[in-house]
Amino acid sequence: MSALDQLRLIKNLNDPKLRTIAGYEEGGGYRALRKALTEMQPEQVLAELENSGLRGRGGAGFSMGKKASFLPKGAMDKYLCCNADESEPGTFKDRLLMQKNPHLLIEGIAIAAVAAGANRAFIYIRGEYELQAGILEAAVREAYERGYLGRGILDSDHDVELVVHRGAGAYICGEETALLDSLEGKRGNPRLKPPFPANQGLYQGPTLINNVETLCNVPSIIEHGAEWFKSVGTEKSSGTKLVSVSGNVRRPGNYEIPLGMRAGDIVYGLAGGPPEGRSVKCWFPGGSSAPVLLEEDLDLDYDFETMAEAGSMLGSGAIIVVDDSQEIVGLALRLAEFYRHESCGKCTPCREGTNWTVKMLERIDNGEATPADLDTMADVQTNIMGNCLCVLGDSMAMPIGSMIEKFRHEFERHIEEKRLEHGGLPLAAHGGRADVAVGSPAA
Amino acid sequence: MTPELPRGWDRSTEDQADPAVIPDTAEIEVPDELRAEIEEYMSRYPDHRSASIPALHAAQRVHGWCSPLAIRQVAAVMRVTPAYLSSVASFYDQLNEDPVGRNKVYVCTSVACHLVKAKAVFEAIAAAGHDLEDTEIREFECLGACDMAPMASVNGRYIGPLDAGDAPEIVAAIREGRTPLPGRGLEDEDYRLPWGGRA
Ligand SMILES: Cc1cc2nc3c(=O)[nH]c(=O)nc-3n(C[C@H](O)[C@H](O)[C@H](O)COP(=O)(O)O)c2cc1C
Ligand code: SF4
Ligand code: FES
Repeated sequence: MSALDQLRLIKNLNDPKLRTIAGYEEGGGYRALRKALTEMQPEQVLAELENSGLRGRGGAGFSMGKKASFLPKGAMDKYLCCNADESEPGTFKDRLLMQKNPHLLIEGIAIAAVAAGANRAFIYIRGEYELQAGILEAAVREAYERGYLGRGILDSDHDVELVVHRGAGAYICGEETALLDSLEGKRGNPRLKPPFPANQGLYQGPTLINNVETLCNVPSIIEHGAEWFKSVGTEKSSGTKLVSVSGNVRRPGNYEIPLGMRAGDIVYGLAGGPPEGRSVKCWFPGGSSAPVLLEEDLDLDYDFETMAEAGSMLGSGAIIVVDDSQEIVGLALRLAEFYRHESCGKCTPCREGTNWTVKMLERIDNGEATPADLDTMADVQTNIMGNCLCVLGDSMAMPIGSMIEKFRHEFERHIEEKRLEHGGLPLAAHGGRADVAVGSPAA
Repeated sequence: MTPELPRGWDRSTEDQADPAVIPDTAEIEVPDELRAEIEEYMSRYPDHRSASIPALHAAQRVHGWCSPLAIRQVAAVMRVTPAYLSSVASFYDQLNEDPVGRNKVYVCTSVACHLVKAKAVFEAIAAAGHDLEDTEIREFECLGACDMAPMASVNGRYIGPLDAGDAPEIVAAIREGRTPLPGRGLEDEDYRLPWGGRA
């Protein structure tokens, strides 16, 4: 790709000027907000956002403009929540944006709030991001002083109050309705949908929820127009995407890419590929909740539709690369433990399913499993999917299911090795019956 | 292997006692500063209950943990029951209903860090710091800094990439109240990843 001229979100990102509002303004900051307030009607702003094709960068990839237009019109308390919970393993892009360019996010929030008619906005930031929360709080104070936030912003009749709200360590609070409960001061349990937050969200009022990166794209769309935004990316995945690349690569980090770039060019070209002498065993294209893909899938284009067609998802845009030195069973266990820990416990298939998946994977390592357990484990995943209130359960079921499917031989080999290691009989010796396969041959 | 039991499973329940009611600020002493801080949080939201997490965080900073007294103080100021606040505190990883220690060392052992041997880093820090006072050393889920993997958060400061050899220095710094591994924290001026990139 022709790199630099396509950078939109992270161009000049390390310029220390961006740390102050004066520096941000000097580079053209808050011009888009002024334009939205003085030259455009809220409906025009909404239309521009919708026409740009901007899709949510938090995981689900829903049209941002469309979602904003779902909020009822008319004068009433409406809310905007910026989702800065960023807890999907592998994802660290919002951290970068908030730390290095806090005013870009604040401007995006102000424009989106004006367009959707929201008068109160919140940034729900995960509690662990103390550095970034402090930076945002300082930036919000500056924006209030300059009249970009508060009552009648920039002498218009729009009020936008913005509060930075720190969470306290819970992955589930990134799920939008759990986020709302948490913001209301409760345990972060997801709500049943519908009603969708656009109709009934925070404090029962209409609420727009968007990811940090989604909102950071808003100012430039308003400034340069939908056509400009669409000039990069694919038809259904317009614009650029911040991709967090981690795991077994030589240059882990955040990269801004035009959507539709070949995945291999991201993993090898940008991130340097796996260490010397190693190859890619599998990779998560969209955070740890995305089904794994294989080395040959690196030929695919990295965009929402291609990743979905390949049976996975672009998710939060976090690519985790696993090289051939890694054991798939250990990885699956680590993954399942995460979801077990983070399940809010409200639905049985998720609460129990995550727990039993961990137990079954531990059985493998303890030499107590047989290949039949793999079918049971795959079954558990199928029974979680679609049967829960939110998709946290599915978020474990999908990657674990994909690992069992794609690495079944390795699971089987691991089961056999561990059983022998623990003094069990080889399966063939007793016809593969699980009850006699376990235990020491001397017993 | 012992299965992980839910916290508090072995505590007796007082089924004879009346449920704790909202304590009155006339009956319970709340440090002035804490009270002012909580009230300021309450004023930020249309519904003052939204302040529960920031308020519990503030009380935890004062008391070192969400002790029964800390919870009663927050309850009195926020006009909610202690049980309500306990339900909140028990949900979130960063709020502690046990006196685990004021210093917080969170070592990420989540997926991306796992791939670059985070477990060994955690074990080394846990071993080196086993006798550290007032310090919680625990494994943590993805801290959103997988570019720094394997990494840890020490009292909110992100450091990495780490290896087991860094453990003694991290522990010594905590013991002596110093900043561990200066120059290797995300917030440090000119912080660079080992390959030269910026995080
Ligand atoms: C378990 C779970 C965790 C999630 N975590 C996050 C998160 O940390 N950040 C985020 O922006 N979206 C997260 N989401 C997606 C949100 O529910 C929601 O779709 C998103 O914030 C909408 O914003 P967007 O349309 O701009 O992407 C999560 C979803 C689920 C089910
Ligand atoms: S799927 Fe899991 S995390 Fe989501 S609501 Fe149900 S129990 Fe909670
Ligand atoms: S997995 Fe360790 S910081 Fe993300």
